Amino acid sequence: MKKDIFKVAGKILKSRLIVGTGKYKSFSETAKAVKASGADMVTVAVRRVNILDKKKPILTDYLNPKKIIFLPNTAGCFNSEEALRTLRLAREMGGWKLVKLEVLGDKKTLYPNMLETIKSTKTLVKEGFEVMVYCTDDPLLAKKLEDNGASAIMPLASPIGSGLGIQNKVNISLIIKQSKVPVIVDAGIGTASDATIAMELGCEGVLINSAIANAKKPILMAQAFKDAVISGRNSYLAGRMNKNYFATASSPVKGLI
Amino acid sequence: MAKIQLNGKKVIIKPNYSLFNLLEKYKLAGKKVAIEHNGVIVPKINYKKKKLKNNDKVEIVHFIGGG
Repeated sequence: MKKDIFKVAGKILKSRLIVGTGKYKSFSETAKAVKASGADMVTVAVRRVNILDKKKPILTDYLNPKKIIFLPNTAGCFNSEEALRTLRLAREMGGWKLVKLEVLGDKKTLYPNMLETIKSTKTLVKEGFEVMVYCTDDPLLAKKLEDNGASAIMPLASPIGSGLGIQNKVNISLIIKQSKVPVIVDAGIGTASDATIAMELGCEGVLINSAIANAKKPILMAQAFKDAVISGRNSYLAGRMNKNYFATASSPVKGLI
Repeated sequence: MAKIQLNGKKVIIKPNYSLFNLLEKYKLAGKKVAIEHNGVIVPKINYKKKKLKNNDKVEIVHFIGGG
């Protein structure tokens, strides 16, 4: 059998689970959860340094960017200008070219503003970035992103941090079928089985933050997601049986006494 | 002395102060940070060369946890 390789923007990742690093109680918990998840890529945000407290620990004291791939994001950006500024700073910080773009359109739903997202993708690709793009689950817009050079399409399962799971399996499937770049479900996954469903649909990967960080035992949940993603991928590769309306006996009828 | 805006806060610095001096003051030299000086991103190699003037606006950013 051909080896099952997960490749994004030329980078081979061992794990199909990408995890976010927000919302944890402490950096130590973040580091433990990342380890338990088996992820080799994590998303990080770009923010002002706290100049009032020089001794406060920082993320890079706990997660080493040399050992784990940092994927800088533009969380909290509501227009193209803010997103571009953030990612240009991220690139200067450590030469990161591979980035996750998200341009939000509404504070209550954190739904992506696709007009600004497409505009930003164009500019970033022109500037030499490799852009993984958070987007709506609209197949036409996903195609538009791919045509404009996105390295990965990252449709939402449901609103960020909602834990509602995949609300539109049909759209996610349509996006998977038409895309030549990896499709990674991002946002809204609530529990491990949601990730399995995403993988069974044929997603190349999933990105999880809140579902792990907000679990009662985040480290155990990170482990659960690791297994769920592996199971879902294997199930997809194995190819599920056909659905039938009527029963088919599992035991042979021949030789029945 | 010069008065600058650092990450939105007023900070008084000595004359002839460079961005590198500013990083040292906040124990950030050699750390993974990026600097924007009056709206323009400054490449790392220019930190020592770039001197600060009165009313300059400086943003120093780093990576934090995020989804």
